[in-house]
Amino acid sequence: MKQILCISLWLMGCLMPAVSYSETLTDALESPAATTRTVPELVQELTEKSLTQAVPVLEALEQQGGEEMLPLFRTMLNGDLYYVKDTSQVVGKTDTAGEESYADILTKAAVTGLGSRDVKKIRVNNTLRSYLRNAIARIQLSSANPHSREQAVLSLLSELDNDTVGQIREARANESVEEVQQAMDLALAMYALDQGSSDIEKLDAVEGLAGSLQPEARNMLRKYAEMEPDHADYSARVSAAAAKALERIQEKVEFYGFIDQLFFGLSLGSVLLLAAIGLAITFGVMGVINMAHGEMIMLGAYTTYVIQQLMPNHIDLSIWIAIPAAFVVSGLVGVAIERGVIRHLHGRPLETLLATFGISLFLQQLVRTVISPQNVPVSTPDWMAGTLQINPVWSLTLNRLYILAFALLVFFALLIILKKTNLGLNVRAVSQNRAMARAMGVRSDRVDAMTFGLGSGIAGIAGVALSQLTNVGPNLGQSYIIDSFMVVVFGGVGNLWGTLVAAFSLGIANKFLEPVTGAVLASILVLVFIILFIQKRPKGLFPQKGRAAE
Amino acid sequence: MSTSGMLQSVFKDRGQPGGRVMPFVIILLVVTVLASALNLLTPEGSALHVSTYTITLLGKYLCYAMLALAVDVVWGYCGILSLGHGAFFALGGYAMGMYLMRQIGDRGVYGNPLLPDFMVFLDWQELPWFWLGMDQFWVAMIMVLLVPGVLAYVFGFLAFRSRVTGVYLSIMTQALTYALMLAFFRNEMGFGGNNGLTDFKDILGFDLQSDTTRIVLFLLTAGFLCAALLTSHWIMNSRMGKVILAVRDSEARTRFIGYKTETYKVWLFVYSAVIAAIAGALYVPQVGIINPGEFSPINSIEVVIWVAVGGRGTLIGAVVGALLVNYAKTRFTAILPEGWLFMLGALFVLVTLYLPKGLIGLYSQLKQQLGAGKPAAAGTGKSSSAAKTEGAGA
Amino acid sequence: MNMITERADQAREFFRPDQVWPFLVPPQQQSVDVSKQVLLYIEGVNLSFDGFKALNNLNLYINDGELRCLIGANGAGKTTLMDVVTGKTRPDTGSVYFGSNINLLEHSEDEIAQLGIGRKFQKPTVFEAQTVFDNLELALKSNKGVIATLLSRLSPTELLRIDEVLQIIGLQDQRFMLAGALSHGQKQWLEIGMLLMADPRLLLVDEPVAGMTPQETERTAELLTSLAGERTVIVVEHDMEFVRSIARTVTVLHQGSVLAEGSMDQVQNNKDVIEVYLGEEA
Ligand SMILES: Nc1ncnc2c1ncn2[C@@H]1O[C@H](COP(=O)(O)OP(=O)(O)OP(=O)(O)O)[C@@H](O)[C@H]1O
Ligand SMILES: [Mg+2]
Repeated sequence: MKQILCISLWLMGCLMPAVSYSETLTDALESPAATTRTVPELVQELTEKSLTQAVPVLEALEQQGGEEMLPLFRTMLNGDLYYVKDTSQVVGKTDTAGEESYADILTKAAVTGLGSRDVKKIRVNNTLRSYLRNAIARIQLSSANPHSREQAVLSLLSELDNDTVGQIREARANESVEEVQQAMDLALAMYALDQGSSDIEKLDAVEGLAGSLQPEARNMLRKYAEMEPDHADYSARVSAAAAKALERIQEKVEFYGFIDQLFFGLSLGSVLLLAAIGLAITFGVMGVINMAHGEMIMLGAYTTYVIQQLMPNHIDLSIWIAIPAAFVVSGLVGVAIERGVIRHLHGRPLETLLATFGISLFLQQLVRTVISPQNVPVSTPDWMAGTLQINPVWSLTLNRLYILAFALLVFFALLIILKKTNLGLNVRAVSQNRAMARAMGVRSDRVDAMTFGLGSGIAGIAGVALSQLTNVGPNLGQSYIIDSFMVVVFGGVGNLWGTLVAAFSLGIANKFLEPVTGAVLASILVLVFIILFIQKRPKGLFPQKGRAAE
Repeated sequence: MSTSGMLQSVFKDRGQPGGRVMPFVIILLVVTVLASALNLLTPEGSALHVSTYTITLLGKYLCYAMLALAVDVVWGYCGILSLGHGAFFALGGYAMGMYLMRQIGDRGVYGNPLLPDFMVFLDWQELPWFWLGMDQFWVAMIMVLLVPGVLAYVFGFLAFRSRVTGVYLSIMTQALTYALMLAFFRNEMGFGGNNGLTDFKDILGFDLQSDTTRIVLFLLTAGFLCAALLTSHWIMNSRMGKVILAVRDSEARTRFIGYKTETYKVWLFVYSAVIAAIAGALYVPQVGIINPGEFSPINSIEVVIWVAVGGRGTLIGAVVGALLVNYAKTRFTAILPEGWLFMLGALFVLVTLYLPKGLIGLYSQLKQQLGAGKPAAAGTGKSSSAAKTEGAGA
Repeated sequence: MNMITERADQAREFFRPDQVWPFLVPPQQQSVDVSKQVLLYIEGVNLSFDGFKALNNLNLYINDGELRCLIGANGAGKTTLMDVVTGKTRPDTGSVYFGSNINLLEHSEDEIAQLGIGRKFQKPTVFEAQTVFDNLELALKSNKGVIATLLSRLSPTELLRIDEVLQIIGLQDQRFMLAGALSHGQKQWLEIGMLLMADPRLLLVDEPVAGMTPQETERTAELLTSLAGERTVIVVEHDMEFVRSIARTVTVLHQGSVLAEGSMDQVQNNKDVIEVYLGEEA
């Protein structure tokens, strides 16, 4: 079949006007060998053939190269295929941030020292483009990887024609993977709806499209749902069915929109949780108010930055080193603060607040002076970048997902530390009755320092996570301190679970308010809400009970 | 209490916290009048001349001193550590700023007789309702008192009624000013957004740039500061002052002897907010601008450190602290801009650790040690005034 | 025309110099109805903290003018009972009436104090940063509204009263001393003095003689007995000698409810009491 097509095209080439006769002749002379030519040879030919003559070469390439030809075809389709004037080497152009670079299209080896004058573009026209597109789809449809097969079908949705549908139908018969089958059925249904001859066929097709979230399917349904009665294809039944199907899809889309908002809320919640959880220990368990808590977070973020500066070639690894490093840095600073200042202000919460505020100013200025008053760039490792496409209308940002998981991990780790370890026991003992704990032989000053170090260290870890989401600058901590306090107060002091619930509910509330009121007003409303809430329940969602709480 | 009674209490140190304010007030007034006279009467180049720049700077300090006094009244005497007094200061300032803005009239860049420049820029067609009437001085002045007063009342009522105290309350006040800051940064609020209100021309028809206007504003600030000092002194020496101290030291006990402590706290909070608001209103015409930055929590917390440096629980301490720290700030930022925040940070830590009673406390301690010839005061029946001030600072 | 004069009348009425405006008048003190000879009714009061029953269906009636002693082991709920009466803690169920007409559960701590219920705490609490004199002045029975305290000055009779109380509590020499500098026993006395200043109808006295010398204990006993009659006094005390010296009626609390009630001898010979309380001491 392809052979026939190829020959007929070649014959058409033979009928070209006389001017190109000689060229055609050489072509004709060489063409019997076409099937045996190697891929590099064929590629080379692309530089010589005129537009109209390129198709047979491409066909040969497709046959010989198969899936390996995809990069070549794509590059060509995008008009980025060039050849070097002097050597006729075929290269692909890539354009990153205004920097043009060339690489051999087959070996991928970079070809340096080329300017735009040294290369010539291998031109494409519409016929070639459509051929290329189809060829790409064909190759992908027969790919061994089900995912690429699915992608191939989806990429064809916007330009279904007889040929492609034929291909899809053919492939459908041999397809065994369910997702791919669904995609193919969708394509066939869309085609049936558009080109079908009877209402029955069309209604069937509408049924097939009803559950799909693909934008193309929705557009198609919309077209029929909103079709004017005087349109040639109009059918009241089909139109009504399409409208109904569309409604069902709309519901689904809205549902996923809701899920998406929820996810963003959870993501903000996880950030709040990370920021607040250290505070939940120092403030909640020890009763020490640490206004420099935000700066502990900031130090963690800067630790990430410094570590990335130290190992610029291992960004992927940097996070794993940054987490313990940030814990140690912030933790040590925390211990120093506790030993140097807070210890002397025991039982004087307001003074502690002031002194630690002074420390926070000091640390901020320190970072400004030592590193820079500007924000510093922190890069995201590759494995954290990107999105997870769950379905056409819903995707998750990977780094947010990781941070959410990370926040929960930290939370539960902390919970276990406080509940199950000796340190936790001592911390709780000291926080409930210092004098008694001391009498029982608990070294309360050590416990205080360790607790404070733990809380600060966790703030440092939070800083690592935050560095992946927001700008890292000297004011990073400040923007989180009020929110963190709100979370702890809202959740109920001395209750880690309360902190968890508070962080997530505030995060979600914020994200659901945002579309309605705008971001700034949303945070104002949340603040006002908490202020009012504290009036009603001064001890938070989950208050500590008993005389000890007074 | 009659005025004479009030004056009597001001002059006569009854051993109550607050110490003697009258001598201080007199010194303050004399110095300000002297500075003004030197500015107006001596020629520019003269060695005795006080430049208008200095006068404006001093005026600014006095506004800060008033703000510090306001914080001291609630913190030092009643134990309510407000980290949001900057909000009242700024609200007072905005009310004054709105009046000054309307006074510009058609002299703005866009020449619109009704709308301030920023509204023209935002393409607004008419004045928002809350700008109406602000071209009348008296309306603006009522707003200076009313808006912060009502806000303080509502906030205080809610907070004190539900017995939010201590650190919680502090954080709530901080959240309050933070929320206001976010709100005022928005253009849609109608207060000039980011840039705030500025480019004022004149007040009550007097050119704001002229030396005389500046002197008058300066003297007015001093006058208001003195009035606030005297009133606060009077309050703190009345039985109400004793109740307020009692609330600070044991609120529960105060309730059990029959005082509705939340009412006391609310009114004291309102009083303090109004002082802060007046300070803000005096501040704006002197510095020529008011913007949302004034709401930033760090500003409010800086005020607290002025009070702490001077000595909380003493009226004079707050004023002295504000003047000293701000003078140091001006000098320091001129020499070494980077260093100021280090200084300030260190100040917070050092004062809380080593100077819990502030400079005034240090002073009376020194006085006590110098007068060590007499038997130590503490613990004996006939306690000296030193022991009393000590109690005040605790 | 008519309307104008009416308005004018209204205005004149409003600005009458011989009266204060209604909203400035302190809320009328309800007078206690003791026609049934009972001053304090505590009925069916239950209170639990996290499942622990501090008060368990407690019933207690105190007669007007009586001196009642409450005894019971540590944790029996004596202080908690006082907390309930003074409004510090709200019971889960039950009713507390002052006289037969005032429901104490509807009032806050300060209102209850103004109604005439004074309390001395187990742990002496005085205003440490103020002088003994100021402490007494604060406790003085007077209008306790904001404006009133702002404008009030001590009248000669009030000054005399303070002097008198200083005399009674034996702190004349310490009148200008900071309360924080007093000894534990002196603080106890000062707190009793504050109670006296308030001139309450009902006095709740929690462990008044802890930390006092035998002589002072005796003086306290005298003072309390002299107060009873005109006033009603409830005393909580662990010192059995002291209780015996003042008690007319004794109530024994045990695990949050009344175990026995009667004269000291009756109570001492009560089987239950011997078992759970006195038995341990004997
Ligand atoms: N706020 C509270 N939270 C939890 N438990 C409380 C609270 N208040 C009182 N309790 C408990 O109620 C019980 C009664 O306490 P209460 O102080 O009334 O005892 P008491 O009779 O005064 O004892 P003592 O003679 O030692 O003073 C105690 O077991 C105490 O632990
Ligand atoms: Mg007790």
